Amino acid sequence: MESQETHRALVVPGEAFAEGNYKVLTPSYVIRVNKKYVATVVGLAQVNEEAKEVSVIPLEGSYVPQPEDLVVGYVVGVGLTSWELDIRAPFSATLYAVDFLGRPVNPAKEDLSKYLAVGDTVLAKVEVFDRSRGPIVTTRGKGLGKVTRGTVVEISPVKVARVIGRKGSMHQLLEGETGCEVLVTRNGRILVNCPNKELEDVLAMAILKIEREAHIPGLTDRVKEFIIREKVRRGLIGGEAEAD
Amino acid sequence: MERPKLIREDGLRHDGRRPDELRPTRITVGVLNKASGSALVEYGGTKVLAAVYGPREIPQKHLLLPDRAIIRCRYHMLSFSTHERKSPALSRREIELSKVIREALEPVVISETFPRTAIDVFIEVINADGGTRTAAVTAASLALADAGVPMRDLVVGVAVGKVDGVLVLDVDELEDMFGEADMPVAAAPSLGLVTLLQLNGVLTREEFDSALKLALRGASQIYEKSREALRDKYMKVRVEE
Repeated sequence: MESQETHRALVVPGEAFAEGNYKVLTPSYVIRVNKKYVATVVGLAQVNEEAKEVSVIPLEGSYVPQPEDLVVGYVVGVGLTSWELDIRAPFSATLYAVDFLGRPVNPAKEDLSKYLAVGDTVLAKVEVFDRSRGPIVTTRGKGLGKVTRGTVVEISPVKVARVIGRKGSMHQLLEGETGCEVLVTRNGRILVNCPNKELEDVLAMAILKIEREAHIPGLTDRVKEFIIREKVRRGLIGGEAEAD
Repeated sequence: MERPKLIREDGLRHDGRRPDELRPTRITVGVLNKASGSALVEYGGTKVLAAVYGPREIPQKHLLLPDRAIIRCRYHMLSFSTHERKSPALSRREIELSKVIREALEPVVISETFPRTAIDVFIEVINADGGTRTAAVTAASLALADAGVPMRDLVVGVAVGKVDGVLVLDVDELEDMFGEADMPVAAAPSLGLVTLLQLNGVLTREEFDSALKLALRGASQIYEKSREALRDKYMKVRVEE
């Protein structure tokens, strides 16, 4: 799976996993104490001896917004000229009405809850976030805006990378095996659109399995097997022959 | 209650432990579903549950700091945790312990990562048998780690006491009640930090030095168990077949 030069280990806060001079790829999760590289979260530490790089992939944690991130937000507040969205970050996000409606609004004449009410689901992109203010999201872009169909499957934001997989392999597998539309967003809310309820259940179970077993190698094969088995069990396909 | 014999003829303590022996310690991480992180820590009969929520925005904006997250900590004893029913309202003692536990955690939490937010730590003592504040520190730091809050190190707590003239590690309720001194210590062993140190009673300078050494030795044992508990959450995940 990886080159021989990369070592992987499960680390906990305060645990030193490398010594010497390396480039730190994940500065939020690695600190340097007395020439040693120490993890600050529970995660998988990777040491690449060839490239002299270290990184820690966290296994726990909340979503930290980055500009350009695709997120699914729930409306939690309606203001005069903006909405407040819960995007599972430590800060709630702002969506301006000008941005969403594409025209200026007059708060004296219009009530924004006409367009988006508390509880609505919005697919948006993080526009700016610089920690001195809360994130601002935009719905300008293809496919962005209010979500009117489909189901949201929530997983831990740190496990998102595994649902996408190397070069999108896991994502392709999920879509290919179930025939559902799967949109993986950075804040761990996965938007799924399925032809029927049975397939949706199988897909949701598969996604939750990925979340649970994210740190155990050989995930893609296990998930593929799991989906086929579940489909056979539910009578969605006749047997192994139709699986591929 | 009559004063029991705390050190037996054979040099062992009233419960059969050696003076430098910890009580049986059990640590479980990730016991609650709704909290961001949680941990259950048992030192013998002492049982403490900690839950962490956040980092999150809070309505009390005046409390927030512009450059880092604040930690809010509540240490609370359940009304059935003691011999006689404890009023569930926060007592003076509990408010003070909430503060010292918070201060024991603050040096290790990298709070600059989440400015203008609050990290809430709730600690419930389920059963009290001495050393609840030290078990609380251990539980709280594990719950923080379980929540994915970046930390420089884990903090673990352990108490040292002096009973019948002998320094003993991890005092229980009886030794605390009838002993001459009780010294709770919380430390971040990898960083070599002591983040909580209190002393009730009288120790000579020499006794204090050896008591601290004893506490740090006990802390590193609990530290190893804590690390193992954090890893266990993942190691114990079995692949479903």
